[in-house]
Amino acid sequence: MLREQAQPSLSEQGQGSPSYWAISIRRLLRKKIGVTCLVIIAIMYGSGILAPLVTPYGYNDQDLSITKQSPSLSHPFGTDRLGRDNLTRIIYGLRTTVIITVVTLVTGSLALGITLGLLAGYFGRFIDTLIMRVGEVSSSFPEIFLVLIIVSTLKPPITSWIREVEDVVGFDIVSLGVVDYLVLSLALAIFSWFAMARLVRGQVLQARENQYVEAARSIGATTPRILLRHLLPNVMSPVIVTVSAGLAAVAGSEVLISFLGIGIQPPTPSLGLMIFENGSISVLRSDPHLLLFPVLTLSILLFTFNLLGDAVADAFNPRAR
Amino acid sequence: MGAYVIHRLAWLPVILLIVSFITFALGRFGPGDPVEVLMGQYTDPDVVERIREQRGLNDNIFVQYGRYVSDVVQGDFGESFKYRGRTVSELLKKKMWVSAQLNLAALFLSVSVGVPLGLFAALRQGTFWDTGTIAFTLLGQSIPVFLTAPVVLLIFALKLDILPTHGWGGLFDTRVILPAIVMGVPGIAIITRLTRASTLEVIGQDYIRTARAKGLSEFTVQRRHVLRNAMIPVITMLGFSLAGIAFTSFIVERFFGIPGIGNLFIESIFARDFPIINAVIIIGTTMFVIANLIVDLIYPCLDPRIRLGGAYAT
Repeated sequence: MLREQAQPSLSEQGQGSPSYWAISIRRLLRKKIGVTCLVIIAIMYGSGILAPLVTPYGYNDQDLSITKQSPSLSHPFGTDRLGRDNLTRIIYGLRTTVIITVVTLVTGSLALGITLGLLAGYFGRFIDTLIMRVGEVSSSFPEIFLVLIIVSTLKPPITSWIREVEDVVGFDIVSLGVVDYLVLSLALAIFSWFAMARLVRGQVLQARENQYVEAARSIGATTPRILLRHLLPNVMSPVIVTVSAGLAAVAGSEVLISFLGIGIQPPTPSLGLMIFENGSISVLRSDPHLLLFPVLTLSILLFTFNLLGDAVADAFNPRAR
Repeated sequence: MGAYVIHRLAWLPVILLIVSFITFALGRFGPGDPVEVLMGQYTDPDVVERIREQRGLNDNIFVQYGRYVSDVVQGDFGESFKYRGRTVSELLKKKMWVSAQLNLAALFLSVSVGVPLGLFAALRQGTFWDTGTIAFTLLGQSIPVFLTAPVVLLIFALKLDILPTHGWGGLFDTRVILPAIVMGVPGIAIITRLTRASTLEVIGQDYIRTARAKGLSEFTVQRRHVLRNAMIPVITMLGFSLAGIAFTSFIVERFFGIPGIGNLFIESIFARDFPIINAVIIIGTTMFVIANLIVDLIYPCLDPRIRLGGAYAT
């Protein structure tokens, strides 16, 4: 395994000795599929993040004189039943997806999952048993049920709590739709940490037997230092692979929950919500563009996520050629 | 093996207790008092108080939960808030039967299309047909139901106008066809891919050459020797697909207006009908745990290297 890892760096020694990261990223960029996926995701995420700048209309700008128009030059994806620009709403829907996926993965998989995995793997014993048992229970039932319940139950109390905060801050937070984002990400994060924790734990179990850990301990490095400076960098590559593989699942869950009417609430646009609003045979009969454009956007996004996940797994696998 | 099964099954009540307590607590402490939901617009404080007393809603939550558990153990899930006077068991039985039939139809479709297609592709490895099949399975696996549902509706119901789009009439009604196709597509893709892969592995084996060498007809070789051995991993996969079914059920039932368990669950969440929500979660969790257990039990039969009951896989 060592030799295989060393090989690519030998061939590229002209540019100094590149790190494992540089090699993996270069390997990813050499694949056409990987680059294509990255570009598509960059465009979708970029336009989502910069939604107010790239869209000519507001997502809630109604114009009742132009309702349900078919695609035209001024409205490339047509307009919906309130005369809102469909393309604008899709881009804002992508922003919702961006926020939910990023927040969920950062809080759930990265923060919670890695921390708990490091703790469980490094300390073992009681902490390990506790964390792994809780995780096993949380992954042993169909989580979508509980996510739905948690979202629908926790939203009202959290909304009223934020209203109180508003009174202090003097700034309208609720109308930004922040509550929906917060509750949804929270509920998804509760159930998304375990896969990552289990992975990191397994990696740490292997890594902590290495001599560099013993060496670090012998020169008096503190436990947090050993965990963060010595163990964490060595478990990062499977972490990256897991995160990229989990993107599609998180995005899909958000869309499903909003589609069921429980996640993101109108007028905040979400792809799931748009599919729900227009997901009937009568809309399909009279204005198919209202349903097909959000659905196609979603399909391309999920498909790209899946392809990217495979490409990343190939590129970051030290055993791959 | 017996000890392992008992160990795993012993976890089931623990998991059920934890999950049901979470939903129970969310129901009691969340917004929407059950009695107010029950009463609707009409709220006379005296009546509300009397109902609360009658239903034992003034007791400690743990007492209430204990009472609920002892009822459930006896098979009584209580009475629905929304559909007054009807027991949860009665409602669930009807809806679950609908969902089960739909899933059965989808499963039947995935197997009856997926297995022959996979076999077909594997026996023509490297040809145009093989490549085409692989492309189809890749697409089928990554296209979300959100896309297949409207596209299928558009083609079969609106353009061709040959199939009905909405409602439910049992397994032998034309209305089952479209939802079953939509639910079946991911299943077909997975099973085709799996059958193709395992067939390719099997046809390279020595015993296949032996079978051909002793003069068996090609048909007998394929049916008796290739197919039978190639099916083993496919059967395992069926267990896994159970987990995905809950997910797709929600979407398909909504798109096609099927009165199944998915629609009932969503309806109950909006109505804060917690007796139904709790019951669906308890039943769903039980099925999920048992399905996973069965899959785990089949594994070692396929691959003797896998040992049951080991520590966490790393």
